[in-house]
Amino acid sequence: MPEFVRIRAPMDEAAVLSLRAGQKVLISGVLYSGRDATHKRMIELIQKGEPLPFDLKGQIIYYLGPTPARPGQVIGSAGPTTSSRMDPYMLPLYEKGLKGTIGKGNRSQEVIDLIKKYKAVHFSNIGGAAALIAKSIKKCDMIAFKDLGTEAIYRLEVEDFYCIVAYDSEGNDLYKEAMARYGR
Amino acid sequence: MRTIEAGAITDAVEKTFMEITHLLGDDLVAALEKAHREEESPLGKEILSHLLQNVKIGREEKMPVCQDTGTSVVFVEMGQEVQVVGGGLFEAINQGVGQAYTKGYLRASIVRDPILRGSTGDNTPPVVHVEVAPGNQFKITMMAKGSGCENMSRFSMLTPAQGRKGIIDFVVDTVRRGGGRPCPPLIVGVGLGGTFDQAAWIAKKSLFRRVGAHHSEPHIRELEEELLEKVNNLGMGPQAWGGRITALSVHVEKYPTHIASLPVAVNIECHSHRVRTVAL
Repeated sequence: MPEFVRIRAPMDEAAVLSLRAGQKVLISGVLYSGRDATHKRMIELIQKGEPLPFDLKGQIIYYLGPTPARPGQVIGSAGPTTSSRMDPYMLPLYEKGLKGTIGKGNRSQEVIDLIKKYKAVHFSNIGGAAALIAKSIKKCDMIAFKDLGTEAIYRLEVEDFYCIVAYDSEGNDLYKEAMARYGR
Repeated sequence: MRTIEAGAITDAVEKTFMEITHLLGDDLVAALEKAHREEESPLGKEILSHLLQNVKIGREEKMPVCQDTGTSVVFVEMGQEVQVVGGGLFEAINQGVGQAYTKGYLRASIVRDPILRGSTGDNTPPVVHVEVAPGNQFKITMMAKGSGCENMSRFSMLTPAQGRKGIIDFVVDTVRRGGGRPCPPLIVGVGLGGTFDQAAWIAKKSLFRRVGAHHSEPHIRELEEELLEKVNNLGMGPQAWGGRITALSVHVEKYPTHIASLPVAVNIECHSHRVRTVAL
């Protein structure tokens, strides 16, 4: 097996289905940022039957609230926030075609079941490596919810964005397997 | 009576928060380097090498090491022979925080109301603690405290009968429940004794200690060592992607308590450990 699997975002179904928990991936393409307040507002839009700022089909949402960019920078520091805080919002997003999410830390069993049901995938990247991660973000545009500041939606163009598959479409769980291996 | 200008406090607070968010302490860096040498998991080692690269980028390019530039926690140890002149102490600190986060391109993470939310725009207000000490010293300890880890902190009122074993079980369970969410490798701060509020405060204070430095009393030092071993035996490792280094160190502080009580507070800190003490 090659050390890294390279994938394009947005993802097609074949790519999602091929991924397995524990694989290291390098993502190139487009990600959209979103965290707590972003999700709350997206869900309110869905409930009101209004369109979302971007089509979720095949997309990956990165749980991110960056620091402000300095003059000349594409983006400030840009590491992941905790995934599980977005757990209560996931069902309507998968129903609209969302295929991937990136954040740090384990998720609830409910979300792991949704990932399996909707044939999606959840990636983790390295929490607290924010200055390093920013180097793989080549373009950043705020596309919606400007009033939310760091919690606005940013469209990110990324190259070789380092992640690991945490939960795959068959329900495999990196965290559970990892702990069993190194626990004493 | 020694006097200190409020403006000097504002300047120190501004400068310190602008620096600590990109320049990590040598104690923390040494602990990460040691973890990198000792980690058995190849993936864990790779994560630690990313974290060391991240520390280097932060230092060289003055980029925040973490996008969560934290809640600004400020602890003032003020000699009783000191008078602050030219403005209020809290306002001086508040202004320093606002200036640091605005000028330093740091993230404004504070909302003005826990229910209504809404950013304050400049990360104010800080959480401020003041203790009065003898003499004419004026020391300010500043911490940019990330909330991914703060959220995984827990408190329990144990009974005296639960004792040392109860403490160990609660601390280890707190780390286990947090999993990868608080960004391991961690620094685990534990406060024992006092009251509900005091235990939480001394748990926070234990994080101001140099990373890996032990308590002076042997039975507390032994508890710290045992807790570190047990936490690392969880097998979570860096980012909980599997490995032997889940925590870099465990710090325990204690305070006398009531005959009926054994309060235990666990304040979880991530590897982006940003704290510095400045004396004026």
